[in-house]
Amino acid sequence: MRPFDYVRPATIGEAIAALNAVPDARALAGGTNLVDLMKYEVARPSRVVDINRLPLHDIEETAEGGVKIGALVSNADLAWHPLIETRYPLLSSALLAGASPQLRNAATTGGNLLQRTRCHYFYDTATACNKREPGSGCGAIGGVNRNLAILGASDACIATHPSDMCVALRALDARVHVEGPDGARIIAFADFHRLPEETPQFDNTMRHGELITHIELPATRLDTHYSYLKLRDRLSYAFALVSVAAALTLEDDRITDVRVALGGVAHKPWRNEALEAEMVGQMPDAAVFSRFATALLHDAKGQGQNDFKIDLARRTVIRTLTQAAAATPQPQTRKSIL
Amino acid sequence: MTQVQFTLNGHSTSADIPPWVTLLDFLRERVHLTGTKKGCDHGQCGACTVLIDGKRFNSCLILAVSRDGAEITTVEGLADGPILHPVQQAFLDHDAFQCGYCTPGQICSAIGLLNEGRAESREDIREYMSGNLCRCGAYTHIADAVEAVLEASK
Ligand SMILES: Cc1cc2nc3c(=O)[nH]c(=O)nc-3n(C[C@H](O)[C@H](O)[C@H](O)COP(=O)(O)OP(=O)(O)OC[C@H]3O[C@@H](n4cnc5c(N)ncnc54)[C@H](O)[C@@H]3O)c2cc1C
Ligand code: SF4
Ligand code: FES
Ligand code: FES
Repeated sequence: MRPFDYVRPATIGEAIAALNAVPDARALAGGTNLVDLMKYEVARPSRVVDINRLPLHDIEETAEGGVKIGALVSNADLAWHPLIETRYPLLSSALLAGASPQLRNAATTGGNLLQRTRCHYFYDTATACNKREPGSGCGAIGGVNRNLAILGASDACIATHPSDMCVALRALDARVHVEGPDGARIIAFADFHRLPEETPQFDNTMRHGELITHIELPATRLDTHYSYLKLRDRLSYAFALVSVAAALTLEDDRITDVRVALGGVAHKPWRNEALEAEMVGQMPDAAVFSRFATALLHDAKGQGQNDFKIDLARRTVIRTLTQAAAATPQPQTRKSIL
Repeated sequence: MTQVQFTLNGHSTSADIPPWVTLLDFLRERVHLTGTKKGCDHGQCGACTVLIDGKRFNSCLILAVSRDGAEITTVEGLADGPILHPVQQAFLDHDAFQCGYCTPGQICSAIGLLNEGRAESREDIREYMSGNLCRCGAYTHIADAVEAVLEASK
């Protein structure tokens, strides 16, 4: 790890000022990604702004019947918070599918959104990687890419966003509250992460010096028919090859609302609202789910080692929707797939 | 240098350390508590697990300065004089190790699991202990030990 200057502000204003005073300053939350990347010298901030003392540790109900989650709430506290367990069990489930109990105690809500790809080349400073070193090339195209993208990739980068939590947040239409030198703004989850295009060094649409302060969840009725199904190379403590967050509402056996977000397949949680809308009014049956899944993966493109993920994703979408429709969500401690 | 103060295994401890020292290196290299082990140094094995304010964490990914003021318990702080912590005793009773390298992390993690109060079944124990790898593969006996303490506490 390279030496750096360490500051520990007490207020949001001081933190924003401390971040903006140094061009390569980084915020430190749980540290589970930043400290790791600093050890590999992939991240080399000259200043670390420890934001853990900021007053962003609470989960509150909003006037509209949703919840507002402080950026520093740990992944464990969020997963097991009564408001989240009862109103947004899809989010609890996705959180508990991620990382390990120790890591979930440290990892924060804000940090989870900003964790970087697990592409092996990104971590290895001896290799080419456009995300780490713009213009150097992409080692993963034609290389080791089992865990990388099948949707929305570019010739510059085929990385995936590795979060589980973000897949559920995308399905739940979360909003990201950020604050920076120019004031506060709210970013819809769909617009938060971006596709790599020609500038894969940018994972998301935040600007330098901005802080995530809260994540807001709108009121929903997606607390009964939901499931988060994560497939990985071992049963636990591994990133997703493919994961699916599905949730729906039913009236008189017809679909009235349905959301399906995919993780492990793209540079951002993947969702297609137009295709979801085609399922509204239909019966929640295998034919409908299968048609949807095939259309959702229609433009998928393998990179060699990850070709298998196209069919895996299609089948996981169908299975997760089936679990959701039956109100039998996949438990995260039971390893056989329902 | 940044000044830090911890309650470490019940004793107040302060030190001047550079901010890039991890909690794991602080414990092992600065205060010579070598019970906590370094396996991967990247959050991938759990050997470095310690308890901070009663919760389990990977000490390899924590900058020591960021936990200024915390109460930290390592494997050295669990026994009450000659009387072992129930989880330590259960690891002995169930022969829950081979080489022992992962054991301090396993024990601290199991105590964190019990404090969380979420595990009810053996399946739960296996999942909630999955942040601790055992290269020797002593998983069955580790789960036996944790299950015995969980049952006894019900
Ligand atoms: C071995 C291992 C396995 C893992 N497995 C999984 C998994 O299966 N699923 C999964 O989803 N995740 C997994 N993770 C990733 C983990 O969830 C993330 O590392 C974690 O969520 C990051 O949160 P943090 O608070 O520790 O972030 P930090 O490491 O503190 O920060 C990450 C980045 O976000 C920035 N940042 C943090 N908070 C803010 C804020 N409020 N405002 C502005 N910038 C901020 C930091 O500057 C940094 O750039 C794993 C991690 C490890 C090490
Ligand atoms: S896929 Fe993206 S992150 Fe991986 S090597 Fe290529 S440019 Fe880097
Ligand atoms: S040494 Fe910390 S998790 Fe392996
Ligand atoms: S007992 Fe040897 S690694 Fe677990």
